[in-house]
Amino acid sequence: MIDCERCEEVMQPYLDRDLDAVEYAEAERHLDACCYCRRRYRFETELRRYVRYVVSEPMPLELKERLAALRLAL
Amino acid sequence: MSESSPETARRIASEARDRVRFEEEALALADQVYRVARHLAGSREEAEDLMQEAYARAFRSWRSYQSGTNLRAWLLRILTNLNIDHGRRQQRRPDTQPLEAGDYYLVDRLEEAGGPLSDEERVDQRLSQDNIVAALSAVPHDFRDAVVLVDIGDFTYADTAQILDVPIGTVMSRLHRGRRILKQELAQEVAAR
Repeated sequence: MIDCERCEEVMQPYLDRDLDAVEYAEAERHLDACCYCRRRYRFETELRRYVRYVVSEPMPLELKERLAALRLAL
Repeated sequence: MSESSPETARRIASEARDRVRFEEEALALADQVYRVARHLAGSREEAEDLMQEAYARAFRSWRSYQSGTNLRAWLLRILTNLNIDHGRRQQRRPDTQPLEAGDYYLVDRLEEAGGPLSDEERVDQRLSQDNIVAALSAVPHDFRDAVVLVDIGDFTYADTAQILDVPIGTVMSRLHRGRRILKQELAQEVAAR
């Protein structure tokens, strides 16, 4: 079974679904047994979602109008 | 004077329709493009300028867009090129960055500071919106571009590679390191408060 250090190394490819079947199964086995790593995987998943949410700024309405005004005249 | 046959008139009308359709589709994507552009650029003002320049260029060169391909990626490719043309690459280069800490670094620091994370605890109880925005803007451009395009813009590795004009392997390694640097920056933000 992989150790916590290896589990940390494969966290990003695991969450990106970029591991092969064997590596994926090894990570799963470790995560089933290790609540320390499980907590860290859960944190990373939430962090990614949170980052995406908080940095999303709506486009200023006035910019939208300026972009529309750039359209070429017919 | 050239003879304006009905065929020529039809061709002109058809081209005008295609152009209008292109412009409408591009404008409909502006919100999504801005969401990404806002963090590719250094500030809100820069992002707005870039959006205008990119859209002006896109409208002028609409014929080079291949219908049916990813228009959002095409627009961001233009915007990214303009951003690079503006000389921001004069900033520190990626190879001068220190080797980043591992992926557990941030959560380890948070637990040291505030005790173990419980199963019910949400990330926003430990990290504020300001922490995230400040940390993201501190990530060097090459890495931030990859993180912003993939994690915020939802682009695939392949689209990101095309937008940044780098190999897919480079996108993956910049993304990987960019996420780690972001977490390091977050840990610093939290330690500083």
